[in-house]
Amino acid sequence: MNVAALREPRADTGVLAGTRTLLYKEVLRFWKVSFQTVAAPVLTAMLYLLIFGHVLEGRVKVFGTIGYTSFLVPGLVMMSVLQNAFANSSSSLIQSKITGNLVFLLVAPLSHWAWFVAYVGASVVRGAAVGAGVLLVTVWFAPLHVDNIVWIAFFTIAGAALMGALGLVAGLWAEKFDQIAAFQNFIIMPMTFLSGVFYSVKSLPPVWYEVSHLNPFFYIIDGFRHGFFGTSDVSPWTSFVVVLASLGVVCAVCLHLLRIGYKIRH
Amino acid sequence: MPAVSFVDVAKTYASPRGDVRALDHVTFDIAEGEFFGLLGPNGAGKTTLISILAGLARATAGSVSVLGHDVQSDYAAARRRLGVVPQELVFDPFFTVREALRIQSGYFGVHGNDAWIDELLANLGLADKAQANMRQLSGGMKRRVLVAQALVHRPPVIVLDEPTAGVDVELRQTLWQFVARLNREGHTVLLTTHYLEEAEALCGRIAMLKLGRVVALDRTSALLAGTASTMLRFKLDKPLPPQLAANARVTGRIVQITAHDAREVESILGVLHAAGCAPEDLEIGRADLEDVFLEIMRGETPARVAA
Repeated sequence: MNVAALREPRADTGVLAGTRTLLYKEVLRFWKVSFQTVAAPVLTAMLYLLIFGHVLEGRVKVFGTIGYTSFLVPGLVMMSVLQNAFANSSSSLIQSKITGNLVFLLVAPLSHWAWFVAYVGASVVRGAAVGAGVLLVTVWFAPLHVDNIVWIAFFTIAGAALMGALGLVAGLWAEKFDQIAAFQNFIIMPMTFLSGVFYSVKSLPPVWYEVSHLNPFFYIIDGFRHGFFGTSDVSPWTSFVVVLASLGVVCAVCLHLLRIGYKIRH
Repeated sequence: MPAVSFVDVAKTYASPRGDVRALDHVTFDIAEGEFFGLLGPNGAGKTTLISILAGLARATAGSVSVLGHDVQSDYAAARRRLGVVPQELVFDPFFTVREALRIQSGYFGVHGNDAWIDELLANLGLADKAQANMRQLSGGMKRRVLVAQALVHRPPVIVLDEPTAGVDVELRQTLWQFVARLNREGHTVLLTTHYLEEAEALCGRIAMLKLGRVVALDRTSALLAGTASTMLRFKLDKPLPPQLAANARVTGRIVQITAHDAREVESILGVLHAAGCAPEDLEIGRADLEDVFLEIMRGETPARVAA
């Protein structure tokens, strides 16, 4: 060892220094348990498709000539993307808080931007990995048509980022695992199930049709579906604006909480 | 420029029973290259002070800086110069020892750091555990990894928050040899410990905290010299005479009483004799840091804060 080297640590010092490592760590974390974090949600989505597809094919009318099972595939893919993106950031953060190893991040010179980019980035990677997995297994059960890959990519990334940031907010706020579970079961699950994953909102009674339009998840799924079929309940541009605005709001809240060290720096 | 500077640091916590003042106008500097001890009973505010230094907590008032970099306004520069060994035995169960160290290094923006990581592993007796998962390690091994993690970005200032609590004798020796070497090579070390003999052996200067205030701050040698410097130790089967009991420390049969000079020693022995007590295994020795500590915490010695 030499003292001169100790005094001047050679290090990246930009606002995003350390982001790459934190992103890598967050991806490695879920990848090491990918049976649970990727394979399990793919299996769940496949079961939904088998059961709902079997029971409802030919009984529910969705978009014109598109079969119900084909209609269901993009909905299930996006539902898996959203739920897993949320689960990734929220469970990672709450685990680190409860086991105390968040201290390794807290003592590091990571900016709030670094935290944000890394946690949300890992959520997008997990969401996209699970989404791709679901697509890969469900494509055998229904013909798949891709109308516009750009919409598909945009709504995947924006939807996963929105949920990753929301998961980060929930992880900062929660002090116990059951608070995360409550957030997931009482907010995220109802909002995804009621967003048109399993049906076209046009089939709903007028009141619920209107209520669905207040749910940002509806626009994520509707816009995503547009990328496959070229048809949707609302214009993809409307969905684009709503999703971008929702993403902006959630990211702003998330960045603010990270900057003030909400519930992590006392 | 001081390695660490605390200026008028206050910390107030809101609690259901009203505000709790954990730190009250704490001001002192630690010079570059010092081996500095921070002592105090549980609840004195040691960990709160270290938490503020490390950025885990925020001061209600005052400022803290590391080598001139404010821990709030210039936090990234301050944290790059600081290595903290936390008190709790925490670890990330997903990773191996080497992964944990590479990741921690990367958080500080230091990449391609394996030569230094290998040196840390070798020095801390972890070389054969590099590929082991953190979960498989014993408590002592996990503690060593915490030390390695704190040093992985080569910080000039090292903070050890009770690093030897619950650690076996061998690791304590390994750890102290290594930390003493780092100190000789120019690192500044800030240590909190409950083992006063460690502080006495290692620390050149010591601050004592009590109820969030600095009640003593001086060179270790001056603290030892400035208080009652003689200690009587003996074994006794009978209760102590009441006039001695107030100032004595009794552990089972062992009694310890401090005295300022030979006359006082004589008078203590006289009182014992008059009460019909026959002390066994009588020793008269120099007071150690533990005696100074207890004396200051009891408030017998006026607070001694050297400039």
